[in-house]
Amino acid sequence: MIYEYWFAGLKPLSDEKKKRLRGIFGSGRELFYLKEKELSALSFLTEKDREVLKKAKKDTGLSENYEEIQKKGIRLLLCHNNSYPESLKKIKDHPYALYVKGKLPDGKRKAAAIVGARRCTPYGEEMARIYGYELARAGVEIISGMAKGIDGAGQRGALEAGGSTFAVLGCGVDICYPRDHIGLYMDIQQNGGILSEQCPGEPPLPCYFPQRNRIISALSDVILVMEAREKSGSLITADLGLEQGKDIYALPGPASSVLSAGCHRLISQGAGILLSPGELLNELNVRIVKLRENNNKEKKELETIENMVYSCLDLFPRSVDGIVSDTGLPPGKVLEILTTLEIEGMAKELSKGYYIKIM
Amino acid sequence: MAFSYVSSAALLGLHVELVRVEADVSNGLPMFHMVGYLSSEVKEASERVRTAIHNSELSFPPKKTVINLSPATVKKKGPAFDLPIALSVLLSVGVIPPDCLRKTLVIGELSLDGRVRKVKGVLPVVLEAKKAGFCTCILPEENAAEGALVEDIQIIGTQSLKEICLHLKGEQLIDAYSHEGKADQRKPDGNSLADFSDIKGQETVKRAAEVAVAGGHNLLLMGPPGSGKSMIAGRIPTILPSPTREECIEITKIYSVLGMVDEEQPLIRTRPFRNVHHAATKAALIGGGAVPSPGEISLAHGGVLFLDELAEFQKPVLEVLRQPLEEHKIRISRSHGSYVFPADFILVAALNPCPCGNYPNMEKCTCSESQIRHYLGRISQPFLDRMDICVEVPGVRYEELSRKEAPEGSEDIRRRVCRAREIQRHRYQEMDISVNAMLGMKKIEEYCRLDQEGEALMKRAFAVLGLTARTYHKILKVARTIADLDESERVLPCHLGEAVGYRTIDKKYWGR
Repeated sequence: MIYEYWFAGLKPLSDEKKKRLRGIFGSGRELFYLKEKELSALSFLTEKDREVLKKAKKDTGLSENYEEIQKKGIRLLLCHNNSYPESLKKIKDHPYALYVKGKLPDGKRKAAAIVGARRCTPYGEEMARIYGYELARAGVEIISGMAKGIDGAGQRGALEAGGSTFAVLGCGVDICYPRDHIGLYMDIQQNGGILSEQCPGEPPLPCYFPQRNRIISALSDVILVMEAREKSGSLITADLGLEQGKDIYALPGPASSVLSAGCHRLISQGAGILLSPGELLNELNVRIVKLRENNNKEKKELETIENMVYSCLDLFPRSVDGIVSDTGLPPGKVLEILTTLEIEGMAKELSKGYYIKIM
Repeated sequence: MAFSYVSSAALLGLHVELVRVEADVSNGLPMFHMVGYLSSEVKEASERVRTAIHNSELSFPPKKTVINLSPATVKKKGPAFDLPIALSVLLSVGVIPPDCLRKTLVIGELSLDGRVRKVKGVLPVVLEAKKAGFCTCILPEENAAEGALVEDIQIIGTQSLKEICLHLKGEQLIDAYSHEGKADQRKPDGNSLADFSDIKGQETVKRAAEVAVAGGHNLLLMGPPGSGKSMIAGRIPTILPSPTREECIEITKIYSVLGMVDEEQPLIRTRPFRNVHHAATKAALIGGGAVPSPGEISLAHGGVLFLDELAEFQKPVLEVLRQPLEEHKIRISRSHGSYVFPADFILVAALNPCPCGNYPNMEKCTCSESQIRHYLGRISQPFLDRMDICVEVPGVRYEELSRKEAPEGSEDIRRRVCRAREIQRHRYQEMDISVNAMLGMKKIEEYCRLDQEGEALMKRAFAVLGLTARTYHKILKVARTIADLDESERVLPCHLGEAVGYRTIDKKYWGR
């Protein structure tokens, strides 16, 4: 196994060549002890590739590296292994090696990717959370990139529902990127898994991210784009998904919002429109496990005046002053009610003086 | 007669030290010698005094003249000793009659032609003179009005050395200065025209300003550029209770030391509003110099100190504000002693939520999370914790700008503020404090007691909103003020709810 890790970790060698070499020689061990003569006989390798292979053999830290990876609980899946996800195998440029921390997606269950902008509006974030929650409750696995904004919100929603979710990273699986998401990173390992084609210890380089998007779309049956600017990474994921024959759904937003422009573009090009989690589940042919009452919080019998303030709130942040002029209540009263709503978990102060509704 | 002396005074910060200017004229080589721990501007007085005496058509005999300014332990600065030196010399040579300067304190600068020019710090000097039992003060005429703010002491304003000599000889008397007939031709200054009714919309901010002023709380305004943060801050003095005469004198004293007093209307009757630019240094803010002079925080004493673009200030500069914010005065220590300046002000600060100012409007905001964090990181959490009330100043919408009915004016708000302050004064009459903001930890428990419902609310808020012990106490104090504005004896849950809404920002808040 140690040789497999060694071979999979040879960065300068392309996946394509690795697959061919592995096909010819059958094991990492063979490849490690490859004779110079045999090596030069391989015509598809360039001089540089040969150099890489030769040099890599002299690496002395092999067993230590291997032990460390083992200690961290990282598994290596090669593209010809049985446990390698079927859905990933289907795409042409599937990675030679996949590193996993935690579980692997269950091929028998439906999987949905929730993708979107990092710098998103509270609306997009809340909707991502709701979709993540409802789909995961219905047993759908949520695949995403654990990035800030939409990605993280969708995965957090799935975890809240007790479902499983998988993060495909653009760095080694032992690196938590972004660092702030360390809590999410730990939780996903418990209720799903962290996946990456990069070998452990690899830092998050910008060039890795577009590549990992193909894995996200390959692992899922549908791709939900929650919020995206025109010309954004999420649209790349959607394009890759289309090439792989996946269904694309986009969440509509205000026509004026630049952050929804990408979604609207997708819809006009024929992507599905996200009306509600229930409808989406229907289209996916997933049996609906009684959906969470969306309005259960409103049942908490708000007084009329509190209801008035609550109804002014939105998923787009509203300023206290805006609510004051809408309701005609004195500012002190509005603040008092907002505080009550916030304590009840029905509103959230986003930044000073700006509140959003919690659904 | 060879030896004589005249009383004068030296200014050390706001403290006044009485100085005896002694002169001795005796036979010997003609010379003019000055001693007594003098700074260079006092030493230069010898040339001014001699020339001024010549040009005033008074005789100056070619004799040995020695001047001593005692006590010699006090460093004497400034040109205010010119006139007392000249008069002491003239006393010694008998040009003016002996005893004519008894119980009289003299200050003033001389110009070469014998004219008397104005000096700084007249008010504190005259106040001290009265305390020390002097009956008369001889001042430059331009400073007479300022000196006359002190009652029960005779003020003689003089234009020139010659004039005062004639007065002292009894040949041509100068009338003592009196405010009668001159009083209250006040020029309306720019600020007195400002009023809260100029501000349309922004009801929340106005309410927050009212609460802040009523309880003496510090106020943090957050909002995008151009939303009117400075405009609101500039109008806060208009809802402060009018200063009493003692307070006016206290404020004027500080301005007097810096020579910032109007000649004709010396008494400052409005509360100060100091808008400090963010390039300010530590010394500019708290005061500084070898003999420290008061800084901006003392100039804002009794009024409002406004720091616009808080995040642009240098971090160490903001940190020096922490101690005066707690103690309401500033103590500056030098090797030769420490100086205390009053600094009891309401701090109003304005801050953009992010470098571009548009957060949380994600469509407009172009800042990355790390940029925002870095931006707010320039202000320390302990400093933020000293801001009792924090509100958002949103951009004004057109509908509000174009609304016809006039918003509430400063006078109405001020009336409510005065009422709330009255209640506080009554409650704290046996203590050393006047407003809720000054309540100590123990007293908070005594005066801000919550009922059961309030306790329950606070408990939940603590858990849900992640309050800290420090913010907890701030909230209680603010709630007390809101209850006072409501003229409620007890702090009710509704007051508490509003106060929680005003709590200061936590830096974790951003970058969700």
